[in-house]
Amino acid sequence: MTSTATRPDPRPEAEPDAKPPLALGDRVFKALSVGSGALIMVALAGVFIFLALEGYPGLSVDEDFYNPATTFLGYAGPLLFGTVLAAVIALVIAVPFAIGIALFISHYAPRRLAVPVAYLIDLLAAVPSVVFGLWGGRELAQHIGGASVWLEEHLGFIPLFAGPAAKSGSTMLTAAVVLAIMILPITTAICREVFAQTPRLHEEAALALGATRWEMIRTAVFPYARSGMVSAVMLGLGRALGETMAVAMILSASPVVTLNIISGQSPATIASNIASNYKEASPDGQAVLIATGLVLFAFTFGVNFLARYLAGRGQRRMAR
Amino acid sequence: MAKSIDVSDLDIYYGSFKAVEGVNMTIRARAVTAFIGPSGCGKSTFLRSLNRMHEVIPGARVEGKVVVDGQSLYDPSVDPVAVRRQIGMVFQRPNPFPTMSIYDNVLAGNRLNSKRMKKSEADTIVEKSLKGANLWNEVKDRLGKPGMGLSGGQQQRLCIARAIAVEPQVLLMDEPCSALDPISTSAIEDLIHELKSDYTIVIVTHNMQQAARVSDDTGFFNLKATGEPGHLVEFNATKKMFSSPDESSTEAYISGRFG
Repeated sequence: MTSTATRPDPRPEAEPDAKPPLALGDRVFKALSVGSGALIMVALAGVFIFLALEGYPGLSVDEDFYNPATTFLGYAGPLLFGTVLAAVIALVIAVPFAIGIALFISHYAPRRLAVPVAYLIDLLAAVPSVVFGLWGGRELAQHIGGASVWLEEHLGFIPLFAGPAAKSGSTMLTAAVVLAIMILPITTAICREVFAQTPRLHEEAALALGATRWEMIRTAVFPYARSGMVSAVMLGLGRALGETMAVAMILSASPVVTLNIISGQSPATIASNIASNYKEASPDGQAVLIATGLVLFAFTFGVNFLARYLAGRGQRRMAR
Repeated sequence: MAKSIDVSDLDIYYGSFKAVEGVNMTIRARAVTAFIGPSGCGKSTFLRSLNRMHEVIPGARVEGKVVVDGQSLYDPSVDPVAVRRQIGMVFQRPNPFPTMSIYDNVLAGNRLNSKRMKKSEADTIVEKSLKGANLWNEVKDRLGKPGMGLSGGQQQRLCIARAIAVEPQVLLMDEPCSALDPISTSAIEDLIHELKSDYTIVIVTHNMQQAARVSDDTGFFNLKATGEPGHLVEFNATKKMFSSPDESSTEAYISGRFG
């Protein structure tokens, strides 16, 4: 690209006429697709500019707004920590399930079972997050509260389960489990698609060497699907980081930084904190909340870039 | 190492569709047996039934017997995975594992068989297999590079190296040269000649000159009519097949007067 742009063109007049004229349909379609592509960039830039302009004042307002901390970092830190903690635990729970279900659908289940299972999983994605919040807060929380007591008793030496266990179940663990259920469909759907696209040739190469089904999946399917699996996890992570209602309805938030996921004292997530406080906040308070939104935006962006880079590196190595 | 294969009254089905009917033959050890015939006549299906690879397709099953060295392949107690470890296969299009280096590709089968190997042992297997596949001199300086970086013919020889690395008794080849240029094809044919001193080789080919060049015995498959199952028309020594076949339809096919 760059070399043709910098090299002087020997036939300057011939250039515009050199392209054959496009048919009307092609011109319309090109305009539509270029326009859509540009629009998404504009929208993204617009969101970023809004967050930066509106959130900037929030970085340095009166100390009271950062209560109980005194600086913006002290305020946003625990929230970011809570966001990441909830999302990471959700991923740890959801990803093995998602890969297992996807493999079941693409490689293990007979067709007449695979299709309905795939359909049910997709249906899970259609449940609104408020409904998940209600169910999580009222029903699931009680069971997890009970389980938390057991976890504290038997696995209390792990910092995650240090306790004291909250019997109500309004804990990080409950929120993470609900988040895991919410990100399961998208992660499963994408994994399923990439698994199903593994070239038959590679699968047969493994089978003909005497691979069992699991060995075939390990030698042929997973290497082929790797970058797709990263995308799937990233989309799940994106949803978990940004999920608002379910978390807001489950967590009883307090501004602490703790790995302890079964106690009643757990940090809120950025998104749920914005949702619970935005309406009642003064203009300065709102600016602070928008600034935390900017932090979330930047963080998600960074995580996505990192993941793309890691997935791409694997692929470049493969292509060389 | 090499074993002969006895096939008796073999019918192959996909679901309720009978693809191949009533095949009887003895495939000799340490010889090359070629299958020829028009597309869709079931020769590839038959080849794949010899290491139970056709079972990859749901609903596939066989009736009849395939016996290798006194052991029936379709005995209920026999694990298809074990069969495939004894009977290797090379496919129509080269299919090295794209994420693996040349070195790891050769060892893929050995690693599946999950013995812990010493580095020196692995090196020996890689060198021996690549030499056996006439590829060693071309790749010995870049064993760590991906297998996909090789040319098509080299990839196919890499696949052969991968198949012989586990020291199978039989090597099945499903049109191994159909995606290759004439020079690579000739390299593979030379290789088949060398391999037959150690292995029983069965090859499906669309190229009759190839069958005449490489094989000792030839089987001609044909369809009775469209929609009917394929069947073995004639099975004879290659020399006889290409000079004075018993069946007139074999002669018609070989001389290009088919139909």
